[in-house]
Amino acid sequence: MRIKLAIFGLGLILLSNFSNAQTSVQGKSKQMLNGKKVYDMYCQACHQADGNGVPRLNPPLAGTVYVTGSKTRLIDIVLNGLTDPIEINGEEYNNPMAAHSFLTDQQIADVLTYIRNSFGNKAGAVSVAEVKKQRAKK
Amino acid sequence: MQKIKLVVAMLMLLNVAAAQPKLQVAIQLPTGFTSKVVANDLGRVRHIAVNSNGDLYMKLDRLVNGKGIYRLRDNNGDGVMEDTLAFGNYTGTGIGINNGYLYATSDQTIYRYKFDANQNIVNLDQPEIVVDGLMNKRQHASKSITFDKVGNLYVNIGAPSNVCQEQDRQKGSPGLTPCPILENAGGIWQFNTSKTNQTLSDGIRYATGMRNALGIDWNNEVNDLFVTIHGRDMLYQYFPEMYNQKRGAELPSETFYRVKKGDDCGWPYIHWDHFQNKKILNPEYGGDGKKEGAPNAISPLVGFPGHMAPNALLIYSGNQFPAKYKNGAFIAFHGSWNRTPEPQEGFYVVFVPMKNGLPTGKWEVFADGFSGMSPVTNLSAAKHRPTGLAQGEDGSLYVSDDKAGYVWKISYNK
Ligand code: HEC
Repeated sequence: MRIKLAIFGLGLILLSNFSNAQTSVQGKSKQMLNGKKVYDMYCQACHQADGNGVPRLNPPLAGTVYVTGSKTRLIDIVLNGLTDPIEINGEEYNNPMAAHSFLTDQQIADVLTYIRNSFGNKAGAVSVAEVKKQRAKK
Repeated sequence: MQKIKLVVAMLMLLNVAAAQPKLQVAIQLPTGFTSKVVANDLGRVRHIAVNSNGDLYMKLDRLVNGKGIYRLRDNNGDGVMEDTLAFGNYTGTGIGINNGYLYATSDQTIYRYKFDANQNIVNLDQPEIVVDGLMNKRQHASKSITFDKVGNLYVNIGAPSNVCQEQDRQKGSPGLTPCPILENAGGIWQFNTSKTNQTLSDGIRYATGMRNALGIDWNNEVNDLFVTIHGRDMLYQYFPEMYNQKRGAELPSETFYRVKKGDDCGWPYIHWDHFQNKKILNPEYGGDGKKEGAPNAISPLVGFPGHMAPNALLIYSGNQFPAKYKNGAFIAFHGSWNRTPEPQEGFYVVFVPMKNGLPTGKWEVFADGFSGMSPVTNLSAAKHRPTGLAQGEDGSLYVSDDKAGYVWKISYNK
């Protein structure tokens, strides 16, 4: 019984993902499309097409607080990279994440908006101004 | 409406599957071979070892009930290993049996446990430390081990780096010449097993220029070390003008080497290209996809398609399998991730026929189907990922999986 309920829940999540993706693509369609381009080129190899990452090596971007939480922390991760171990859902990941400061403010805003609204995530867009401000703090 | 019907149908399918006790993939083997699952659900089972009495030892990279080593034993000889013993409170990859000891590694320490006459361990909670303080910077930190016949231990110290750039994995960052990492990592170190409490300086850098030689085995036929190495990542992502998406998925080769003392395999300056059969200079060191480099580095015996991750190597010395397998090499490919968005590749055990330490024919897939799907488009959906290999006293081959914690025993029935 519990299994059936869980599966029903899963189905609901699947369904709601469908509609989330649809509305967000309509709402921020240009940013999402450009963000996907940046993601495919610079993030996908490690975090994978489905945002689930690689066990032991690269963490998922689906449903993590780093992605959907603080925008400034998220922008910093992309600008500066990450080498200190961080724990995500009880797991640590052994690869380092390189700094991606070579991306433009626009590219970073786009890719972060994209990951915040893909893989089942739903969080506010990141603007160019927000990225610019974080970069200036360096 | 259509969509809803589809989802309902999917849910029903899921329901049926959930009612089954355990989802298990059927692995495919050549004619005459059979397989049996002898361990399951132990999580990250990395390398494995089988003792002469049939005991199976597994090194776990995530503790299960607080323990990092599991032993399975068949007490009544019915073929089922019903007796479980768990010990060791550290995670890691390497494990091996040599001269009355079980050796196991964390990412920085090599421990050993002594067997008594009944092949029970006498110091379960107080292992000896053979070597301590090996480089552990998380990346490529797994310490695989093997032994020669004269009391030496060999350990892979992987380079904590992709290609020794000034800034690791940073697009545009140049490669360092000479690469300082090679002084205490990026190679195989040799230690004497007659001493304990050693550190890196007690060992000898036996061979160098290896990014991460996770597969390592001593070949007793020719008395030499053989290794499989994980090639570099990101040729396409960093250099799309030289390597397109397909090329970047196929290159560089994963490699299989015979290694003699003092050999250099060329990392980080070159990668092997199995299309050109050459040591190609890495672009971080001025390469253009064609220029050759590292003239003094040795060439591999075999170059496999890229990124498949050869996690274990076993030179087969048993008599159970047909004659062609004797002294040949089994290699467990973990399966790629760096091929995205191309389909992933690997997730199988291959065989390289060999005589006198040299391949005698083309490599072939020996055990396949571990991922439970074909092609693998999402790595996260792969059911199992081959990681470790061991040979039983009777010549059976064991294959471990660090995704769902399975071990298969593969036998040949004449
Ligand atoms: C070379 C592989 C690699 C690439 C390329 C890469 N990352 Fe990461 N990323 C990692 C690793 C590894 C970590 C965890 C690092 C740690 O634990 O110190 C990480 C962590 C993160 C995190 C925080 C943890 C989480 O999972 O929520 C975010 C967010 C993130 N990456 C986003 C991105 C974005 C966006 C891109 C592309 C612009 C990108 N990454 C490119 C490997 C990579």
